[in-house]
Amino acid sequence: MTVLLAVEELTKHFPVRRGLLGRTTALVRAVDSISFTIDAGATLGLVGESGCGKTTTSKLVLGLERPTSGAIRFQDEDVLTLDRPALKRYRRAVQAVFQDPYASLDPRMRVGSIIAEPLVINEPLDAGARRRRVLELLDLVSLPARAAELFPHEFSGGQRQRVAIARALALSPRLVVLDDPVSPLHVSKPPQIQNQLREQQQRQGVSDMLNAHHQAAVAHMSHTVAVMYLGQIVEWGEASAVALAPRHPYTQALFAAALPIDFDTPHEEIVLPGEVPSPLSPPSGCRFHPRCPHVMPRCATEEPRLRPEANRLVACHLY
Amino acid sequence: MPLPVIDVRDLRTHLVTRWGTVKAVDSVSFAVGEGETLGLVGESGSGKSMTCLSLVRLVPRPAARILGGQVLLDGEDLLTKSEPEMRRIRGRRIGMILQDPMSSLNPVFSIGMQMREPVALYHGLRGRALTARAAELLAAVRIPSPAQRLRAFPHQLSGGMRQRVVGAMAIAAPPRLLIADEPTTSLDLTIQAQYLQLLRELQARHRFALIFVTHNLGIVAKMCDRVAVMYAGRIVEMGPVRRIFTRPAHPYSRALLESIPRLGPRAERLTAIEGQPPDLARLPAGCAFAPRCPDVMDRCRVEAPPETPVGAGHVTRCWLAMPAPGAPS
Repeated sequence: MTVLLAVEELTKHFPVRRGLLGRTTALVRAVDSISFTIDAGATLGLVGESGCGKTTTSKLVLGLERPTSGAIRFQDEDVLTLDRPALKRYRRAVQAVFQDPYASLDPRMRVGSIIAEPLVINEPLDAGARRRRVLELLDLVSLPARAAELFPHEFSGGQRQRVAIARALALSPRLVVLDDPVSPLHVSKPPQIQNQLREQQQRQGVSDMLNAHHQAAVAHMSHTVAVMYLGQIVEWGEASAVALAPRHPYTQALFAAALPIDFDTPHEEIVLPGEVPSPLSPPSGCRFHPRCPHVMPRCATEEPRLRPEANRLVACHLY
Repeated sequence: MPLPVIDVRDLRTHLVTRWGTVKAVDSVSFAVGEGETLGLVGESGSGKSMTCLSLVRLVPRPAARILGGQVLLDGEDLLTKSEPEMRRIRGRRIGMILQDPMSSLNPVFSIGMQMREPVALYHGLRGRALTARAAELLAAVRIPSPAQRLRAFPHQLSGGMRQRVVGAMAIAAPPRLLIADEPTTSLDLTIQAQYLQLLRELQARHRFALIFVTHNLGIVAKMCDRVAVMYAGRIVEMGPVRRIFTRPAHPYSRALLESIPRLGPRAERLTAIEGQPPDLARLPAGCAFAPRCPDVMDRCRVEAPPETPVGAGHVTRCWLAMPAPGAPS
C-alpha cells in the first residue's frame, strides 16, 4: 500500500504568556516529536486520555495549527511549504469531522446548504448538479432526502454527526480527520456512526485518522493504532496486536480498563497510581515512569525511543 | 433471608409536561442487600436517574410526582415520611454521588468548609475534632496531603480529585445506601479505574448497598453483582451480572450487549439498535421496545408483557420468555 500521509518528528509547543508584557514563562509540550504514517485507504486510530495531544495532532494535520518543528508529508509533498493554490488543494483533500456536532453545524443553515457549502466554494457546479450531489451524500449517510430542508436542531446528535460526515465527504477527500466523533452520543448511537464510516471507507477508498477516548471502539475501527501519552507516541502497530497483546505498560493499563466482557477469559486489572502529569513540566526520562508498575532506575534518566518489538513499535526500556 | 437495605416496590413517578404525561418510572421494583451492588443500565431517558431521585424524593417538582409504590429503607417506607424526616435521611442514611463533581461542590467555598458541614451535622463534632475528622475522610478516599487539601477550592483540584471529595462527603455518615449516578463518566480512563477500585474498597469497609447507574456495560461487568436493564421507565430485565451478560433474555439487553465494540480484530459490523429511543410521552401500546425489536410479534404491539422469571433471580418482561401454555418450564 502507498503511504498517503507521513508525519515526521512533529512537535507543537504552546507558549504560556504571563504578565503585561506577555513574556513566555513556560512551554506546554502538547505534541513532542511524534512520527506516524497513514496508508491510502487505511484508518489510523489515535488513543489516549485527555491532554495527551490527540486533538493537537489532528489540528496540525488539518493545518489549523502550525507545528513548532517537524514535517507533514502528504502524497510525498511537504505540507508546510505549500504555496497558496497547493494549500487550497491540500485543504480540499483533507476534511474534518469534529467532536461536537452541536457546535460544528451552523444552527441557522439548512442541512442541505451545510452540505453544499464546500461544493459552492470548491466546485463549479450549477444549482441542479449541486442539489443532486447533496442528495447523493445524504443517501450515503442514510439520511432521507427531506433532511436537506431541515435545520440542525431538528436532528438527534447521531444524525447531526452524519450530516457532519456528509459535509466532510462532499469533496471526495483523500483523508478524513475525525476528532472523537462518537463520544457525545447516545449509548446506542456510536455503532451506527462506526458502521457508516466503515462503509464509506470501503466505497470511496478514503483514509481516516480517528481520535477517541473509547479505546475498544478505536481498535475496532482502525487498521493501525497509535497510543499517545503526554504528547508522545508510546506504542504504534496493527490494531489487533496493540489491542489484544499490548506491550507498553501504559497501553496495557488502558486496554485493561477498556474491559469487557468475556467472563471466561481471565481479565487482569491494572490500576495506575497518580494522574497524568502536566505537559508544562513532563517527567524526565520516560514520561510514564512515575506511574509505571514496571519502573526501573534507567527510566527516570533515559528517554526510551520507539523500537520494533513483536510486530509493532514500542517506546519502553522493558524491551 | 436478611432484610434488604433498600426494597423498592412498584414505584411509579410521572412527569406532567406540555406534551403529555410521561411515565418516567413505571412500576419499578428491586431490592439491594448489604454490601451488594446493583447496576442500573439503559439509554439516556430510560428512567435511571429519575428512579434514583425518587428514592430520595428529590424529583423535580412540580412537574414530577411520585404516584405510588413503596421505598423501604431497612423496612421503613420513605414515601410516607415527612419532609423534615427525609432531610435527616438524605446524606446520613442515603449518600449520593453524581456525574459532574463540579455541580455537587460549591465553587466559592473551600473543600474544608464543605466537608465540615455534613460531618458536624451527622456526628455533632466541632473545632479541631471536626477538622481532623474531615481530613480523615479525605485520607479515606486517598487524597494526598488531606490537611492542605481542606484549604483548597474545588477549581484547584483535578476532576478525579473533586469526585473523590464528593465521595468523601457521601460516606461521611456512613450511609446504608450509596447511589452513584454515572460517577466516572466525566473522568479519564485510568482515573476511572482508580475511582472504581476506591468505591469497592469503601463498600467492603462500610458494607453499604450500592446502586450504580451507568451506560457503560464494561463497568457493570467489573463492579456489580446484579444488573437491572431499564427501557422507557421500566426494568425490562434483571438478574445476576454473569447471567445477563452470557444469557440475556430480553431482546433489548441482547442488542445492548451486541452493540459494544469488543477488543478484537477489525472484523464484522457492530450491531446497531435500529430506530430512535422512544418518545416517552407517546409510548406505543403493548411493549415499549416493540417498534425497535428484531423479534417483534403481533401480541407485543397490543399487550405489555408481565415480569416473568427465567432463572434463579433472573426476571424479564418479554413475551418470548413466557413459557408456552402446557410446556414444562
